[in-house]
Amino acid sequence: MAVLAAARPHRPRQRGGAAPYVLLLPALVLLVLFLIIPIGYTIWLSVRASRVTGGGLGLRTESFVGLANYVGAITDSAYAHSVLRMLGYGVIVVPTMLGLALLFALLLDSRGARLTSFTRLGIFLPYAVPGVIASLLWGFLYLPGVSPIRAAFEAVRLPAPDFLGSGSVLFSVANIGIWGGVGFNMIVLYTALRGLPAELDDAARVDGASELQIALRIKVPLIAPALVMTGIFSLIASLQVFSEPSTLQPLTDSISFTWVPLMTIYRDAFVNNDIYTAAAASVLLALGTLAVSLAVLSFLQKRAFGEDR
Amino acid sequence: MSTAVLERSGPTVRSADRTPRRTRYLSTGILLLGALYCLLPVAWVVIAATKGPGDLFTTFSFWPSVNGGFGYNISHLLEFRDGIFWKWAGNSLLYAGAGSLLSVAISVTAGYALAKYRFRGRETLFRCILAGVLVPQITLAVPQYLLMSKLGLVNSYWSVLLPSIISPYCIYLSRIYAAAVVSDDMLEAGRIDGAGEYRLAWSIGMPPMIPGMVTIFLLQFVAIWNNFLLPYIMISDDRHFPMTVGLFSMLNQGASQPALYSLVIMGAFLSVLPLIALFLFLQRYWRIDLVSGAVKG
Repeated sequence: MAVLAAARPHRPRQRGGAAPYVLLLPALVLLVLFLIIPIGYTIWLSVRASRVTGGGLGLRTESFVGLANYVGAITDSAYAHSVLRMLGYGVIVVPTMLGLALLFALLLDSRGARLTSFTRLGIFLPYAVPGVIASLLWGFLYLPGVSPIRAAFEAVRLPAPDFLGSGSVLFSVANIGIWGGVGFNMIVLYTALRGLPAELDDAARVDGASELQIALRIKVPLIAPALVMTGIFSLIASLQVFSEPSTLQPLTDSISFTWVPLMTIYRDAFVNNDIYTAAAASVLLALGTLAVSLAVLSFLQKRAFGEDR
Repeated sequence: MSTAVLERSGPTVRSADRTPRRTRYLSTGILLLGALYCLLPVAWVVIAATKGPGDLFTTFSFWPSVNGGFGYNISHLLEFRDGIFWKWAGNSLLYAGAGSLLSVAISVTAGYALAKYRFRGRETLFRCILAGVLVPQITLAVPQYLLMSKLGLVNSYWSVLLPSIISPYCIYLSRIYAAAVVSDDMLEAGRIDGAGEYRLAWSIGMPPMIPGMVTIFLLQFVAIWNNFLLPYIMISDDRHFPMTVGLFSMLNQGASQPALYSLVIMGAFLSVLPLIALFLFLQRYWRIDLVSGAVKG
C-alpha cells in the first residue's frame, strides 16, 4: 500500500492531552454513523430474511437464514448478467480513459504542442458536468430523430449508426464514462509530469533521445505512482456505474432495470422491497471491488516500484 | 509547486522551434481532436437550448434556431411546476455548498490531528480510513437509507447532507497535506511560549493548509453536486430534489411528453454553467498535485 498509505511514522510529539481526540471527534462520529454502522447493518441484514410464519395468517417475522441471500444473489441470473456487463464496461472504460488521459498529458507536456491552454481547459471541462447531465447530453446525441451524428450519416447517405441498440449500447454508455473522466485524469497526470525535474528532459535530449523515447522511457515510468492512483480510482468508479445507464434508460429498451449491479440492487431494495437480497448483493459488490482494487494495486506496485517497496 | 496547472502555458514556449514541424502539427492536432470530442456535447446543448419543442426534432442539430425557442424554453422551464427548477438549483447549491464546507472543516481538523499528534490508536484509525477510501461509498446507500428511515430523516435535507459530509478520501488528503506543510518546529515553539493546543491548531496549523482546503472543497463540491444515487434513494419529495435528480425525473416524464425534452435540454444547459464558473474562478488556487501523490507526507 505504499502509494495510498503514506503512513510513514514521522515523529509527531506525544503531546496535547485530549486535543487530538477532540479534533478527531466530529470525523469519528460521522465515520461510525455513516460508514461503520451501515456496513455492520448491511452484513446483519444480508444473513436475515422476512418469512411468512404462522400458517396462512400471514405473520411476517425476520429470521436468520445464513448465507441463503448470498446464494440467491449469486444464482440470480439478473445479477450474473449485470456483473458481466459491469466488467465489460470497466474493461472498455479504464484502459481507454487512462490511455487517452496519458496521451493528452504527455502531449501537453511535450515541446511541440500549441494552443495548450485552450485544449487543456476544453478536455477538462466535462469534469464539471454531472454524470446525469452528461448522459442526458449524450443521450440526445444518440437518440434517433435528434442525433446530429445520425443526421450527418444520413446526409451522406450512409446507414446511420444505432447507438442505443442492444449490441452497441454498452459502448455508448462507456463513451459517456470516458468523456466524463478523461479530463480529470489528464490533469492529474499532467501535474505529475510537470513535477518532474526539467534536467532529466534536457539530459535525455542531449543524449539524442527522441520526443517519443523521452515520453515512454523516462516520463511514463517516473509518473507510475500517479498512474496507479488514477487507475485505482477509475476502477472503483467504473464498478459503481449507475447514473449513466439509469439516465439513458428512458430513451432505449436496450437498458433493462437490472443492467448493472447497482441497478439490480436498487430494484431489489426499492421496487421488490427485498432489502435482504439487496444487502447481500451490496456486500458482494463491496468485497469484489475491494478485492479487485487490492489485487490491481499490489500487481501494479510490483511492476511499478520493484519488489523492494 | 504547480499551484496553477490549468493556468500555466506549459513548457511549449521554450525552444519549440527545435521540434520538427510535423511533430508539432501532429501533437497539436491530436489535442485539438480531444478538445473537440470533449466540447462537442457542450456545444450541442448550447445550440439545442435555442430550440423550442417544434424545432428540436425537425431542424438540423448544429444550427441554432432563431424562432424564439431560447426564450420559450427558459420561460417554460422556470414556470414548470411553479418554478421548481429554481428550487432544485438552490437545493444543489445547498447540498454541495454546505456539504463541502462542513466536509472541509471536519476533514482538515481530523487530518491535522492524525498528522501532528502521536496518540493511542492513531495507526489503526488511519488504516480504517484508508480502507474506507477503497469501499465503494455507493454500496452503503441502501443501509444508509434504512438508517435514515429509522431516524425519521428520509426525505429531509439532512438525509443527503449528513452522509455527504464524511469522506475518508478527504481526511486522507488532509492528513498528507498537514504532514507536508505544517511545521513541527513552529508548533513546538508555540508550545514553549505557552500557547494552548487549539490555539496552535488554529493559528499555526490552519493558515498553511488553505490551498489544501480549497482543493478538498472543490473535489467534494463536485462530488456532491454530481451525486445522483444518494439523493435519488433518499428523497421522494420533488421539492427537495437536487438538480441531477430533478432533471432525471423530467427526462422520465419526457418519454411520454416529448415537449418536455426541450425544457430538459435548457435545464442541462443552465446546470453546467455554475460549475464551469466555479472552476474558472477557483482553478488557480487548487493544488491538484495533492491528488497525483506529488505531496509527500
